[in-house]
Amino acid sequence: MCMSVVDDIKALVGGFGVTLRHMLRKPVTIQYPEEKRTPYPRFRARIVLTRDPEGGERCVACYLCSAACPVDCISMQSAEREDGRRYAAWFRINFSRCIFCGLCAEACPTMAIQMTPDYEICTRDIMDLVYEKEDLLIDGCGKDDSYNFYHHAGIGVTQPRGEGMEESRPVDVRSLMP
Amino acid sequence: MTASSVDIALFAAKVGLVFFVILTLAAYLVFAERRILAWVQDRKGPNRVGPFGLLQPLADLIKLLTKEDFLPSAADKWLFYLAPAMAAIPAIMIFAVIPFGAPLTVAGHAVPLVVADLNIGLLFFLALSSIAVYGVAIGGWASNSKYSLLGGIRGLAQLISYELSMGLSLVPIVMLARSFSLTEIVDAQRTIPFIIYQPLAFIIFLISITAECKRIPFDLPEAEGELVAGFHTEYSGMRFGLFFVGEYINIIVLGGLATTLFLGGWHGPLLPPVIWFTLKTLAFAFFFIWMRGTLPRLRYDQLMHLGWKVLTPLALMNILVTAWWLMLKNHM
Repeated sequence: MCMSVVDDIKALVGGFGVTLRHMLRKPVTIQYPEEKRTPYPRFRARIVLTRDPEGGERCVACYLCSAACPVDCISMQSAEREDGRRYAAWFRINFSRCIFCGLCAEACPTMAIQMTPDYEICTRDIMDLVYEKEDLLIDGCGKDDSYNFYHHAGIGVTQPRGEGMEESRPVDVRSLMP
Repeated sequence: MTASSVDIALFAAKVGLVFFVILTLAAYLVFAERRILAWVQDRKGPNRVGPFGLLQPLADLIKLLTKEDFLPSAADKWLFYLAPAMAAIPAIMIFAVIPFGAPLTVAGHAVPLVVADLNIGLLFFLALSSIAVYGVAIGGWASNSKYSLLGGIRGLAQLISYELSMGLSLVPIVMLARSFSLTEIVDAQRTIPFIIYQPLAFIIFLISITAECKRIPFDLPEAEGELVAGFHTEYSGMRFGLFFVGEYINIIVLGGLATTLFLGGWHGPLLPPVIWFTLKTLAFAFFFIWMRGTLPRLRYDQLMHLGWKVLTPLALMNILVTAWWLMLKNHM
């Protein structure tokens, strides 16, 4: 019994020692508006739409990011140019819903949608957090500055069948009937 | 005996000064507690208002004063309004009997630096510290909320388990000083403070006053993890503020009392007496804050166990040993 009392007192004094040591230690607080930490390059914050090395929009409006988004904060309308190249007529990210999980950037086949380390996007008006395509689109390639989706995949076929240089018109199978 | 107008003016000035200093100290103790607790937890604490956050108590005061004064519909109105005052006033009244400096002479008039030098000062303290718990109990009952009631009941149950050991731990002091007057107790410690003779009584008293000012590890009446905020759950605005500031006045007053009874009061080398008294009192306040950052809350039954089965027998034994020692000394 006597020993347990001694042990208890030792534990008490030890606890006071720990708190005293921490009292003299430098606080870990970062005083945000005055001190800012530099986020890592792969920090997931504000989302951008990037361009390919030739300066064209990378986004092909495939809706994969919108489908991957767990909080459904991405919406868009796809459209097709004359030459069969797809693009987003409008593209909207609601940052008041976004949870910055990065699943959209992971899903994107053309590396158009990317996360940036810019985390200071809060505003007074919540409607200012709805970013339209012109707010999202940047003049640059973002993370991979040599990747161009259409060098690998080609665009859709727009001209009628058989109109090409070395093509003959398709055969109408019904005309071959006996 | 007719007191001259100068005496009355000096007395009024003394009382006013004590009030002002204690209330200011209590407000800044809240700030100090928040800062020190933050340091314990590797944080910085409030440092936004004014230089080093020194105007934080003022900001808190403005906030409390502008909050709604909420009255629960089922509450007992008058007791509900009365309880915070009943908790805070006895705390500050105890300071009336604590001598906080050597007697001064101002314009030919002797000014003892104590508001009222009662010859039963120690009993006055024990009586008032028992009355202070009525504020807690009545506040808890009048709120008509289960958490408040549980907090109030715990306050009362806590009182009967620490009050006995607190009173008993002071008996050897009275035996050594041969007086109930705090001024004479301080005089008796001119050479050696009583903590040297009575370390056990000091520890028992320290534990008891921690329970008395409802501080962690004995903050059972509040117990924010279990009872929301205990007896002051239903209080808001400045009424809550009164409970709150009463707790910190209690810390200062009980720290001053422990200084007076065990650390030789205002006696000390080199520095002026008032400074010595303040330093010793603030050391106790710091210790209380430090303890809050260190220890977890005791369980209800553990406090009862500690009070009745450990502290009270130890205090009784201490009285017997002191009496035996004094008798031997007088017969030698």
